[in-house]
This record gives sequence, structure tokens and C-alpha cells, in this order.
Amino acid sequence: MKKNKKKELSTFKKINRRDLIIGASSIGAFSLAPKKLLSEEANPENLPPNLPEWTQYLGDGVDVNPYGMPSEFEGHVIRRNVEWLTASAESSVNFTPLQDLEGIVTPNGLCFERHHGGVSVINPQDFRLMINGLVDREMIFTLDDLKRFPQTNKFYFLECAANGGMEWRGSQLNGCQYTFGMVHNVQYTGVKLSDLILETGLKEKAKWVLAEGSDSSGMTRSIPIEKILDDCIIAWAMNGEALRPEQGYPARLVVPGWEGNMWVKWIRRLEFGDKPYMTREETSKYTDLLTSGKARMFTWVMDAKSVITSPSPEKPILAKGLHQLRGLAWSGRGKIKRVDVSIDGGKNWKTAQLHSPVLSKSLTRFTLPFEWNGEELLLQSRAIDETNYVQPTISELQKIRGVNSIYHNNSIATWLVSKNGKVDNVRLG
Amino acid sequence: MLGLARCILGFSLIIFIANTATASDRKFNLGQIASSEEVAGWDIDVRPDGFGAPIGSGTAFSGEEIYAEVCAACHGDFGEGADRWPPLVGGEGSLASHDPEKTTTSYWPFASTIFDYIYRAMPYGEAQSLSYDETYEIVAYLLYMGDIIEEDFVLSDKNIGEIEMPNKDGFLLPDPRPDIVNTHGNPCMTNCQVSTNIIGKARDIDVTPEDE
Repeated sequence: MKKNKKKELSTFKKINRRDLIIGASSIGAFSLAPKKLLSEEANPENLPPNLPEWTQYLGDGVDVNPYGMPSEFEGHVIRRNVEWLTASAESSVNFTPLQDLEGIVTPNGLCFERHHGGVSVINPQDFRLMINGLVDREMIFTLDDLKRFPQTNKFYFLECAANGGMEWRGSQLNGCQYTFGMVHNVQYTGVKLSDLILETGLKEKAKWVLAEGSDSSGMTRSIPIEKILDDCIIAWAMNGEALRPEQGYPARLVVPGWEGNMWVKWIRRLEFGDKPYMTREETSKYTDLLTSGKARMFTWVMDAKSVITSPSPEKPILAKGLHQLRGLAWSGRGKIKRVDVSIDGGKNWKTAQLHSPVLSKSLTRFTLPFEWNGEELLLQSRAIDETNYVQPTISELQKIRGVNSIYHNNSIATWLVSKNGKVDNVRLG
Repeated sequence: MLGLARCILGFSLIIFIANTATASDRKFNLGQIASSEEVAGWDIDVRPDGFGAPIGSGTAFSGEEIYAEVCAACHGDFGEGADRWPPLVGGEGSLASHDPEKTTTSYWPFASTIFDYIYRAMPYGEAQSLSYDETYEIVAYLLYMGDIIEEDFVLSDKNIGEIEMPNKDGFLLPDPRPDIVNTHGNPCMTNCQVSTNIIGKARDIDVTPEDE
């Protein structure tokens, strides 16, 4: 009798739970799942010595989700944007939730987006890559043509030059995601441009390449030929599957270690020329204004940078005792050699552990165990790359560049851990 | 074969690209030769020296009407901007100030870039819908509002490479980074002399979006 009653109760609960899931997905509320309700409290009926329903009853079969999605309890792990930054969502940016990620791979659906004319939708049969200008043969390649060339598979970070751009004058956005999230790291599959050029040939005078997107902004950037021949790729896959539409499906340019704006998505054309093209993006944008009123131009490399992803404003400390500080470091000049962490605002530093793989021009994971006993902390991380470049403080950058650069803020951030465990983005001075 | 000298070493192929004007052989025999019509349809870029400028012309006088029709809704009747859409003119003398205003006439170093960008990407959401003449007219109207050309100046493919923009010398090359003090990979580790006073909190500025 007792057993029957229990079964009745469980069936009732099960129906309710299923209704809830269907109801939630039907109004598209998956991504807005209230994270506090999901994660803060455990249900005592599911804890020892009780049996939770998932231990007793069958779950979904195969093919309920032919393309699998994250657990419903991970609905808070999403890209987010700052609406007031831009006039239109089609020419805007959102941010990778670095604080919720582990390891070095960014899941495809969480890679931040930056569009200038919305996401182009392209049937791969209609894709063409044109190569023209100072080449021996002006040519057109289909996607299938590109896939028949020798293939390369490489992990690279892509960082927007404006990552952290809102923080030049002071701490403005209170989140790891909003201050560091214009970066992602995936494995690209594609063809090296140095191989493609063997098919077209190259004129002696060719010194620059104009890369052009087929989106409605006609995105264009000039890239010096040395970089093109060194390590640039036309990629059609990321993390083992086709590029996501918002990342340039069916093919994009990969410019390892250099600012993300140059990684032209929905690529349609490469023009070889003897001079830079001085496009809108490399003159009116992506130039770094100094206090003199003059601006640096062609500042392509992304300097070494690091961030503590947890604790962070989104990841407060919830209990005293042992914790694993976690973070990411990267450099456009090569491999990360070392990361130091300070808990007292930069007075004293400890070297963190780097986790393999440590790859050139790729995000690198670091951790450091620490004990928290309820005291205030000022957390900082400092990356050093294989060229011995040391990540600077914001005041070091401000002394040389002022506060109007917008781009290339790779300075050390400070997270204040308060006595209640809350974490704030603060500026020291 | 002068363009490519090949050395076969075992199974690996090492390729040197030599600087010669002679056409190279194809290596993989993939892809198609592009026709001149195909290239002409997509090759729309215009360089500072006027290379690539399509045949056409326009004056500010004739550009006022088309500007009002397709640009003014977002950028204002006089290029002053609207809502969060950017101003197109103004801001002269502001670049060294606390609040620099970077417009086509205060900041952009080349008139060619204005033509190239408007033709390829504007009006927003209707890319490549303007004629070449309309584009020259709009560029002329912007340059006229920025006191760079006269109202009756005929801007064309012949002279767009000769327009002198006010900020043409405002850019620095090459990239001087790394531009910070070099500690050769050995920064201070203990008892470092740094200020740890908190001078600002993002929370106090209160512009961070919150989850619904």
C-alpha cells in the first residue's frame, strides 16, 4: 500500500515535470531560465537516503534531440549583449560567457558574435571564393574545391580588438563576460592561403591582400602578404562541424593572433594588390587614437592578456575553505609562458599552474588553489608570453596611449572579493 | 616554371615562391579561371589613389536630394547623427580632446574610403543599391558639409584620388608595440610598489545589463 502511494506520487510529479519542460521550450524560455531557482536549492526528496525519480523511471530515448543541446539546468550559460552600446542588433556584438567555461575550447554556440550587417544565410552550393588582382590567374573556387586542397586543423583564439574597450577610463561593466568576453577559441579546419596561392600564382608586386566578405556590410580589410603566406587559413569548420552561420558559414578567413575584425566572415573575395586599400574598418575604425589627436594605424597583433574567470563578478565565493581559482590567458605573439596571480592587488604574486595543451595563439587554461576565510581580496592575473612580454596594468597603458584608444586594452583587471563573497570589477589607483 | 622552383625531398614537397613576373604553373588543378565579367561584378573596392573608382561623377548641389532621401533618416539632415546612429560630419579640432568626435570629415584620411564604404554597405540594409553617380553625389555632399570642396565641385573617378582630407596626416605607422616598459619576462613578484586604493567600481556606474 505504501509502495503504491509512492508510485502514484512519483507519476504525478513526472507528468508535472514533463509539462514544465514542454511549456518552457514552447515559449522559447530555455535561454531565459531563471538561474537562481535552478541552482540555489536542492530538493531534499532527491537526496540520500531518498531515491530521485531519474533513478527509478526511464528517461528520454535516443533521437529526442537529434542535435543535442546543453542540460536545461545550464540555461544561464549564454551569450549576452549590452544593448546601449550599439544602434542596431544587426551591427552589434555580444559576449562569450567565459565565467561558465572550462578548458580551452569554446563551444560553437557560445562563441561571441560581431556582425556589421547581420548574419548572412548562404547555401553552400552558392558559395564562391574569388581571387583576383596581382595573381597569374584570376580564379573562382567552390566550397568543394577548397575541401580538396591539403587540409590544416589548428586551435586559435579570436579576439575583438575592442575587447575591454569600455574599461579604458575606469571600471564600467560589472562582469567577466562583459569585460573580457569578446574572445573565443576553437579548432579550425581549412586550407592554408599559402596553398591556395599555388593555384593562382602571385605577381612580384603583390604586397597586400584585400579580404572581402559577402555579407551586407561587404566587410573588407587589408592584410600584408607576409601574414597571408605565414599562417592564414580559409576555414569551413570549427570544433569538428561546419562553421556556425554567425561565424561566417560556409567559410571565413582565419588570421591567427591578429584582431578579430580581420577574420572576414562569409568570405567571397581576396584581391592581391601593391598597396593597402585603406578600408573603412582600418581607417575610421580599428585605429587607436592617442592624446595627441594622432592615431595608430595597422595595430594588428593582439598582445598577451589574461582574466580570472572564477571567482569573478558572476562567480561569487559561496563558502569558506578551499577553492580553485580559474582563468584564461592568451597571446597573439605565440604561446603563454607563465601566468601569475595576486590576491592583494598586485603587491605579491604566485605563479599559477598552466594546463595542457599550451598552444601558440590559443587560449590557455590556468588554475591556482586558494583558501578563503572571509577576508577581502583584490584578485589579479598577469600573463607572460614566450616573447617575454608581460601583461601591463591599465595605468602603464594610459601613460602611453591615453584613454581614447578604444582598442587593444590588454591590461590587468582587478576583482574585489568582499567579505560576503560577492565579487566586483574595480579600478585601483 | 620560373615562378615556382620545386624540390622534391622524399615524400615532402618544399616550395619556394620566387619573385618573377613569369606566370606559374597550377599545382592542384582545382577551381576555375574567373572571367573578366565575373571579376568586374564583384571587384568594387576603391583605393586612396583612385584605383578601382568606377566611372561616374556628382556634385554636392545634386547630392543634397539623394542624401535627404536615403541617408538623413539615420544620420540627420546635416550629417549630425540621430539617436545612436553616428554623425557623418563635424568634430573638427576634437581629436585631441577628452571627447573626440571621429567623423568622415574630421577623422577619415581618404575620400576614397567614404565612396568605397557607402557604395558597398549603404544605405544600411540596402547594400549596393545606389548608382555610381548617386554615390559620388553623396560623397560630394558630405565633403561640402565638411568644407572640403565647393558645392559645385564635380567629384568623379578622375579626381577622387586627389581630394585632400583634413586628417590625412593623422595616422601613425608602423605599430610601435610592444610599447610598455620591458621587464624581460621577470616582473616584480613580492612587496611590489603598487597602489591598491579602490578608485572606481563598475557596480556604482550601474550600466551593466541584468538577466531578466
